[in-house]
Amino acid sequence: MTTSQTMRTFVAYVEDRPGVLNRISSLFRRRNYNIVSLNVGRTHEAGVSRMTFRIEADDDMALRVEANLYKMVNVLSVEDITHKASVSRDLALIKVTVGPDKRAEVLQLCEVFRARAVDVGPETLIVETTGTQDKIDGLVAILQPFGISEMVQTGTVAMSRGPRGAAASALNDPQSLRDLSVA
Amino acid sequence: MAASVTNIPIGTPARTEARRLTGSQIIWDTLINEGVNVVFGYPGGAIMPAYDALPDFPGLRHILVRHEQGAAHMADGFARASGRVGVCVATSGPGATNLVTGIANAMMDSIPIVCVTGQVASTLIGSDAFQETDITGITLPITKHNFLVSRVEDIMPTIRQAFYIASSGRPGPVLVDITKDAQNANTEHRYDASPIRLPGYRPENHPLPEEIERALEMMKHAKRPMIFCGHGVIKANATALLLELVQRTNIPVALTLLGLGGFPASHPRSLGMMGMHGEAWVNTAIQEADLILALGMRFDDRVTGNLKTYAPHAKKIHFELDPAEINKNVKVDLALLGDLRETLRLLVPHAEKLSIDSWVDHIEALKGDSAVRDIRELPDSGRLFAAHVIHDLWRYTQGSALVVTDVGQHQMWEAQYYKHDHPRKLLTSGGLGTMGFALPAAMGARFACPEEEIWVVAGDGGFQMTACELATCAQENIKVNIAVINNGYLGMVRQWQQFFYGGRYVATPIKSPDFVKLADAHDLKGIRVTRREEVQSAVEQARANKETTIIDFRVEQEDSVYPMVPAGADLDNMIRRPMPEAKHNPIFETGKDP
Ligand SMILES: Cc1ncc(C[n+]2csc(CCOP(=O)(O)OP(=O)(O)O)c2C)c(N)n1
Ligand SMILES: [Mg+2]
Repeated sequence: MTTSQTMRTFVAYVEDRPGVLNRISSLFRRRNYNIVSLNVGRTHEAGVSRMTFRIEADDDMALRVEANLYKMVNVLSVEDITHKASVSRDLALIKVTVGPDKRAEVLQLCEVFRARAVDVGPETLIVETTGTQDKIDGLVAILQPFGISEMVQTGTVAMSRGPRGAAASALNDPQSLRDLSVA
Repeated sequence: MAASVTNIPIGTPARTEARRLTGSQIIWDTLINEGVNVVFGYPGGAIMPAYDALPDFPGLRHILVRHEQGAAHMADGFARASGRVGVCVATSGPGATNLVTGIANAMMDSIPIVCVTGQVASTLIGSDAFQETDITGITLPITKHNFLVSRVEDIMPTIRQAFYIASSGRPGPVLVDITKDAQNANTEHRYDASPIRLPGYRPENHPLPEEIERALEMMKHAKRPMIFCGHGVIKANATALLLELVQRTNIPVALTLLGLGGFPASHPRSLGMMGMHGEAWVNTAIQEADLILALGMRFDDRVTGNLKTYAPHAKKIHFELDPAEINKNVKVDLALLGDLRETLRLLVPHAEKLSIDSWVDHIEALKGDSAVRDIRELPDSGRLFAAHVIHDLWRYTQGSALVVTDVGQHQMWEAQYYKHDHPRKLLTSGGLGTMGFALPAAMGARFACPEEEIWVVAGDGGFQMTACELATCAQENIKVNIAVINNGYLGMVRQWQQFFYGGRYVATPIKSPDFVKLADAHDLKGIRVTRREEVQSAVEQARANKETTIIDFRVEQEDSVYPMVPAGADLDNMIRRPMPEAKHNPIFETGKDP
């Protein structure tokens, strides 16, 4: 029974070394997985990066994404948190072309979205917002009429609620460190 | 050039005290400690320091190939025949890129090889230096893993990891790219035999007891069960357990191309090969089966045909090591994840005899119609058919030779007519279908099985792709027997043109050199065979010769491999041999078309 494709969110811990991101994106390309967003950054543990990525996949494909990632030597742990209670955030910076005349109006609108201005120039304003993709899309729609000259988004970062997530726990599981005697 | 910083003779047996060695010496010392005694390679600028140190290691034999693709296939053939890791060596740039086909081939068939390549000095990386290529980038999707090593201290641990990764779990090729400065530098070296720690690499899986229970339960209720024997049976050394499973349950066995030999062809429950050129009765039975135990196989499209109509009545139990294979092509009802030997050890003792006599009889009846196709039943028209040659080769070698095939029609005829009773006796390029594989792979196998009788079965087309390795045979005294199935065509492509492209033979007629003269030019032996009566003496002559011997079998040019499931067609929708009314057709099936 194959389910239809839905948006999936995965968390993966990977070794922080050159080329690891390339390996992972190469896997996605080779297996024809379509990445919607991908975010990588360091964690509090030295040598360990954490990735959040979102792809469109059905249930079977989601399992295979996980299994294929696990096969990669530099991937420490993977978790599909799509159906887990989790917090997910995007950060966006939006540069709006706005002079002194409409500035107040824009700032007021930003207030409603709990976005804040992080830079003000004579003819521009950089607005920062964090939230779900929906919220960001909403803000963009409101600011569009004023003129958006640039925009950048981090891609979703996500974390499951409650105690330590499965991917994070697997990281320190001594079981996961396979010992081999090369006698 | 690497200066030898020690005069202590190095080589087997492994030494454990610390010494100051160059990176070059460390490469060879580590390989020896990993149990390697032969490497296949070709020198060049970026790997010259390593080659310079090679004479310090008399325990290691180096085979100078004629093209690096050959080196990769030799390592691959060695690995397939022995179950151990094969090793090849090449320089940077063109040397490394020449390995690519061989690496992809090993990847597709999950063969453990380690490729050591030289790289330009670390200070030059990224500068488009002479013979710099990003070989770790190029081979990223066709290796199980790869490494770039630029520090001498990392050479030994990385090569150890490479061997571990290549050979554990689902095996595969690993490439280690070592910069020239790392080869030249030196360090305090002691081979480290401590456990390898790769925190992200967990190649093992184990079936749960309740899953074994469930499989046994499903088996109990089956009326029309089949076992599929895939390459995994051979790799996991699970052939004895499979035999026991069949003895206990009486379930008939169908095999994939790479599974051939995993279950004895002479066993009464062996049905033969499945898939595109599988036996008609096997494909028909698959479509009727109600339970499939798929052991160590991955439901390749050449095996399944149309997925939508594939084995529609069968519950499927997938015995598989790699979780990423589960439900990839065929949705299964139960997956037993883990090493096949371990899984079968848990399952087989509880397997019970099934009352499936009528199913077994039914499959026998399906065979009845097709068995008349058997080569032995065909009238001898005085002409030479490839299938006759293979059948006779099987007969005169008592079915016990190690056969290495190339890719094409002859490969399928080998699979159909050379009956393998033992594992690792058929080496063939399955997943990638690499023409040019046979000769070098057979040469690699020679080092795994020094005593064995080895036959290359190659087409006139594919043989020419790596025929340069004949010179390697001559230089290194490597003895294999070569049957060139010479039909004057890229036969398999010609067959597709005949069936699916209106008989337009575009770019498939192929002229070959005189293979007997070619052998002679290499100080090897050559024999030409044009009639069936000559097959036996030629085979015996080749076996008796000390040198590698080529037999140029001039076979029927436009014969085709039957049956054939067209790509993507339903599995039981097979093109069969033409009916006998085509009297002028020298080779026909006397049975009725199903
Ligand atoms: C390297 C490579 N190139 C092309 C092909 C496509 N191909 C598959 S079979 C075949 C014909 C092989 O001809 P030959 O070696 O004479 O064997 P025959 O089929 O005649 O037995 C070709 C061209 C391939 N498999 N590998
Ligand atoms: Mg041919």
